[in-house]
Amino acid sequence: MTWGARGLTVHRGGHLALDTVTLEVGPGEIAVVVGGDGAGKTTLCRTLVGLDPVSGGEVIRPERTGFQPETSGAWAELTVIENLEFVAGAYRLETGAARARIEELVEIAQLGEARDRLARHLSGGMRQKLGVAMAMLSAPELLVFDEPTTGLDPVSRLEIWSLLTRSAREGRALVVTTAYVDEAHRGDSVLALDEGRVLASGSVDEVVASMPGALFESERRQGIVSWRRGRTWRAWSPDGSPLPGNRVTPDLADVITVAAIAGERST
Amino acid sequence: MTVVEARGLSKDFGGVLAVDDLSFSVDSGEVVGLLGANGAGKTTTMRMLLGLLAPGAGVVTVAGAPAGEVDRALVGYLPQGLGLYPDLTVAENIAFATAAFGVPAPSLETGLAELSDRRVGDLSLGLRRRVAFIIANSHHPRVLILDEPTSGVGPLGRAWLWESIRDTASDGSAVVVSTHYMDEAEECDRVILMAHGRQVAAGSVRDVIGGASVVEVGDHLSQAVIDEIAAGGGTVLLTRSGSRIVGLGLDTVREMVGDEAPLTEAPATFEEAFVALAR
Repeated sequence: MTWGARGLTVHRGGHLALDTVTLEVGPGEIAVVVGGDGAGKTTLCRTLVGLDPVSGGEVIRPERTGFQPETSGAWAELTVIENLEFVAGAYRLETGAARARIEELVEIAQLGEARDRLARHLSGGMRQKLGVAMAMLSAPELLVFDEPTTGLDPVSRLEIWSLLTRSAREGRALVVTTAYVDEAHRGDSVLALDEGRVLASGSVDEVVASMPGALFESERRQGIVSWRRGRTWRAWSPDGSPLPGNRVTPDLADVITVAAIAGERST
Repeated sequence: MTVVEARGLSKDFGGVLAVDDLSFSVDSGEVVGLLGANGAGKTTTMRMLLGLLAPGAGVVTVAGAPAGEVDRALVGYLPQGLGLYPDLTVAENIAFATAAFGVPAPSLETGLAELSDRRVGDLSLGLRRRVAFIIANSHHPRVLILDEPTSGVGPLGRAWLWESIRDTASDGSAVVVSTHYMDEAEECDRVILMAHGRQVAAGSVRDVIGGASVVEVGDHLSQAVIDEIAAGGGTVLLTRSGSRIVGLGLDTVREMVGDEAPLTEAPATFEEAFVALAR
């Protein structure tokens, strides 16, 4: 059984927040949703777990889903252990097994030293790790994480992804949103959104191979579709005809930028 | 020409060294990235650069003068919180800031000019960041300090911001950018990696990664093995197909993992090199 959305459209406050979005994720898989501010990531998360109404299309979700909002979802006035115990209680997990699982999660999330600290006194990285541990404890079939790594340093970011990967290995289906394109490589599939529209979707390899035309790198701006990448410029030739400079193999960030620019020109 | 120079810079808060003997310089035309985990000392360093915080030891100069005494007009600053007035329009925000520096308001380019009468609070984060960047740079400062300028911005907004950052450097400013992210680090001429208040590495992204490697395990590890690796000073990162072990050599890992699992050495990513250095 796979979960996700088919042709999902959501209208919000008179504007189109999501435009025919399709996303599929199976047990043990991670779908990464990439997009900037206003892309529709949070709307997609909330619709997937049933918090927001659907205007068109459908959402396919299991009976039990888990959702970690951007704010991590931990209760600020409870300690690390109390947060986990509260979740165990809310899901009526059997006490002995829950206790053992909580200890295991505290260890793998490296929260042992902070176990009796109030969540509001945790660093951003620790709070997000607690949120992931809480979601793993309740163990629903589908888990949705909204920007769990935003604003975190590289060390915390790798730790979070390690935890998310472990959760997938335990058989959960995961949807993870992020503003950072490089994180797409950590999942099985990527869905790139921009202002509610799908820019690209599929495996990273499929998305990279899907770019029409050709990409060139040169020392200065040229052509209509050109943007800076580090110290050089990228230029996209829609029909593949050569442009000055060296032809380069696009990476995921290039393909998403091309799709965003192409979409903007056609509207 | 050196615009920013820090020598032996230290600062402690109640006995905790937030910045510990930091030395670096930034030339005119250069974009230098300041990278580090939360609590590594980046913000404290930026506050000393801005002259808002007096160093406990050492000295930081901007255009030859100690940072605390430098003419404010020589410095541009884009805070993480952007520092805009949400109830004022784009044009009003820009007019207010440029008047404070006694410079004319810059003309807005297509895409932003149409929005000049919109309340800043109604704009997307990407557009707000563009407005804040224009303001921070409107008085053509000698040094421009940017605190995570592209956090949460979509691909086009990011491309615009980095293009503007480059143009600013090309016009002769020294640019200092703090960031958490690899793809941003690659946009910089040099990066300075901080951990526990100290510089742990510096140079181009390629220099920093250097010959760093990780051990890739093509199989799932038991918790007992993961614990053993952690106790031995390594970090285990789970991937879709297995694990990557940072901080230990191939032979050491083989001893811990045993002969059954396939092991290979692979080049470290920037983040992994960072994890190894920041430990």
